Amino acid sequence: MLRFIIRRILQAIPTVIAVALLIFVIFSVVPGSFTSSLIADGRSGSDPMLVERLNKEFGLDKSLPERFTTYIYGLARFDLGTSFRTREPVTNVIGARLWPSLKLAIAAMAFAVVFGVPLGFLAALKPGSILDTVTMIGAVSGLSLPQFWLGLLLMYLFALQLGWLPSFGYGDGGLRYLILPAITLGLTPLALLARTTRAGVLEVMNADFIRTAYSKGMSSGRVVRWHVTRNALVLIVTTIGLQFGSLMGQAVVIEKLFSWPGLGSLLVDSVALRDIPVVQASILVIVLWFLVINTIVDVIYAAIDPRIKQD
Amino acid sequence: MLKTLTLTAMLMLGASTAAFAEEPRPGGVLNFVAPYGASFATLDIHATPQTQDEFYGMAIHRSLYSWDSIKNEPALELATSVSVSDDGKVYTYKLRDNAFFHNGRKMTADDIIWSYKRLATPSNAFPGARYIADIEGADAFASGKATEISGLKKIDDFTLEITFIAPINPGFNLMRTNAAIYPADIGDKAATNPVGLGPFKFVEHVPGSRIVVEKFDKFYEQGKPYLDKINIVIMEDSAARDVAFRNQEIDVTVLGPTQYVAYQGDAALSKNILEVAEGYTRNVGLNPNFAPFADKRVRQAINYAIDTKLIVERLAKNKAYRAVSWLPLSSPAYDTTAQPYAYDPEKAKALLAEAGFDKGFEFELTATQNESWGIPIVEAIIPMLAKVGVTVKAKPVEGSVLSEVVPAGDFQAYMWSNNSGPDALAALQCFYSKTAQSACNYANYKNPGFDKLFEAAQAERDEAARTELLKKANNFLQEEAPVWFFNYNKAVMAYQPWLHGLKPNATELALQDYEDLWIDESAPASRK
Repeated sequence: MLRFIIRRILQAIPTVIAVALLIFVIFSVVPGSFTSSLIADGRSGSDPMLVERLNKEFGLDKSLPERFTTYIYGLARFDLGTSFRTREPVTNVIGARLWPSLKLAIAAMAFAVVFGVPLGFLAALKPGSILDTVTMIGAVSGLSLPQFWLGLLLMYLFALQLGWLPSFGYGDGGLRYLILPAITLGLTPLALLARTTRAGVLEVMNADFIRTAYSKGMSSGRVVRWHVTRNALVLIVTTIGLQFGSLMGQAVVIEKLFSWPGLGSLLVDSVALRDIPVVQASILVIVLWFLVINTIVDVIYAAIDPRIKQD
Repeated sequence: MLKTLTLTAMLMLGASTAAFAEEPRPGGVLNFVAPYGASFATLDIHATPQTQDEFYGMAIHRSLYSWDSIKNEPALELATSVSVSDDGKVYTYKLRDNAFFHNGRKMTADDIIWSYKRLATPSNAFPGARYIADIEGADAFASGKATEISGLKKIDDFTLEITFIAPINPGFNLMRTNAAIYPADIGDKAATNPVGLGPFKFVEHVPGSRIVVEKFDKFYEQGKPYLDKINIVIMEDSAARDVAFRNQEIDVTVLGPTQYVAYQGDAALSKNILEVAEGYTRNVGLNPNFAPFADKRVRQAINYAIDTKLIVERLAKNKAYRAVSWLPLSSPAYDTTAQPYAYDPEKAKALLAEAGFDKGFEFELTATQNESWGIPIVEAIIPMLAKVGVTVKAKPVEGSVLSEVVPAGDFQAYMWSNNSGPDALAALQCFYSKTAQSACNYANYKNPGFDKLFEAAQAERDEAARTELLKKANNFLQEEAPVWFFNYNKAVMAYQPWLHGLKPNATELALQDYEDLWIDESAPASRK
């Protein structure tokens, strides 16, 4: 198993390097700069002296190859540079946002898994039932509702009308502040998980080996526990992994809406202000998160189905 | 129209200041909103590049001058009096002897000199450096030719002499939050544990979420601040702010055009709205290097061809004041008798024909997606200009791209919202031929007639006479039409009924003097 994990980590390294290079190239060629973003709101005129000083301070007066070399050299030493905007090391800027982002992603995924998987399973076990119909209508709605609108709706209901929860902010970082953004973010993966689980379970239920199991006289409970669950799990885990991996990136809208201090809102602000070191680092973190989750999913695959490990 | 505006302004002022008649109540917690981004950039107010950071800056820091929102002019803040030399260049300040930093030390002239030197140090690359550039010797210091700024002279601990390179009103620059005074011994802690002279001291910063400040007991204004604590919360999304405001989680909110209409239509919410004509002029800059716009008649035709009144009413939902020329309503040099360009497509056609463009022409208009001065407005302009034969091609860009291409002159026309106050002289300097396009003469305007008026205003020592000259220069600009004069921003803030002391700050309504704010008995328990 250890060799398997090491191999996956080694496979991830070229991906990270490719992404890092791509980000550098993209943000080197897109128009707009940090110094130009300073006057974008029109509050003050351009200050050529400041532009010159800032360009010198952040090495933006150097040629592209020089900046690229500095960037790669820094990456090799795990030095992500200095934020143009905050003038702090990027690791500090990202570090302050990482835990709120992780907390939101984990809470959203937990919500999706706890409700999505059982609902999909129950719907598949009784296809055509009222539960199945209601679950699938709910799943389609969950997939099609814009998250922004849903968030506003939840705010309106639970904060404004019922007064149960705060409508925004991080507060003390407690559960009360986490519930609404987590539910909003978790509803789409919940819907997807419910649909995927239902489809996966139904497919297994119709397989020949299930009929064989029944014909051997196995009870319904044992068939579901020993055969259906195990075989449907691969698809469910894949969906969980993909969704969990992409949640940090998806959280941008939710973080903005709920004033949640995560990586997504930092990324959007940094792109608008062309704070390139923070943009590069944020995207790298999101990509790394995706790779880590996928590696974990691969490990779980191997545990569920040893044939995958052998492959 | 003007009468209505004046009356409205008076009513608003009355509404917002009526609270002063009551006795301010000490204590309470204010939840104030910082709506201009998803984070504060830095806790070092000298280093910050963005308006968002001024929300905490107004609480923690103080500068030599401050903005008096009622008198609409800069006022002495850290000095009790000032004497000015005959040539208007040497200012001798008698500093407060009761201004304490949050670390308990009393402010002296040394702190001001140290803070200004810190701003001017080129390796710091601080945005606030421009605000002290008018001090004699700042240039030599910045270029390494001097170790001190020669224009800064300490007479004694509480007397400071500042020599400026020209007879200017230094208040407009030295009131900036970016030019705040730090204790000279702060070392490298400015960005981690900000210490200032303001009415509130720093307590906590949760990145991306909020800054908490609490009452500073040794603040120099007797009995102030009234509030015990302020949570300055980051809330960028306007829809979310609306819910939070209605849910009484925040005490103020800044309104966009759509919400402005909704709040005006609500019997309860409409009672607590504060409006002011901010010093921003929304405009379409016309590049004279693009052949048609080199002709004044074409630029005037553009102004005649657009039904500005209709756009202000329908698209800006009246959350804007129709622009007459460059200087906004709040400027003392605004001419109350001047009339805006009338909507007159026939006259526009005639002017175009006179200029040799009777068959029209096509131009590209660069704009952002901003709802008040971006692509939605361009879309409304397109059919209006098409009626007079002018074809507009919209070129949508991001904010940081607009602010890159415009100072570089890489446009035919652009739509932007530019600062036009509070200093009328500085605002009109952006049309002075010696001002570079890369600075703020974005429309690359050059006219000897305007220059003459501007230079006369610059040299004039008498305030009233200077204002009169600036008024003439502003009217000259209207006639010249270097831009399409669209509107002046009407900033609108809604506040909870228990909050008092807000002022119509024409420089930026959302920035308030926190020390004057107080909360009455009707506030929810969480705020008392």
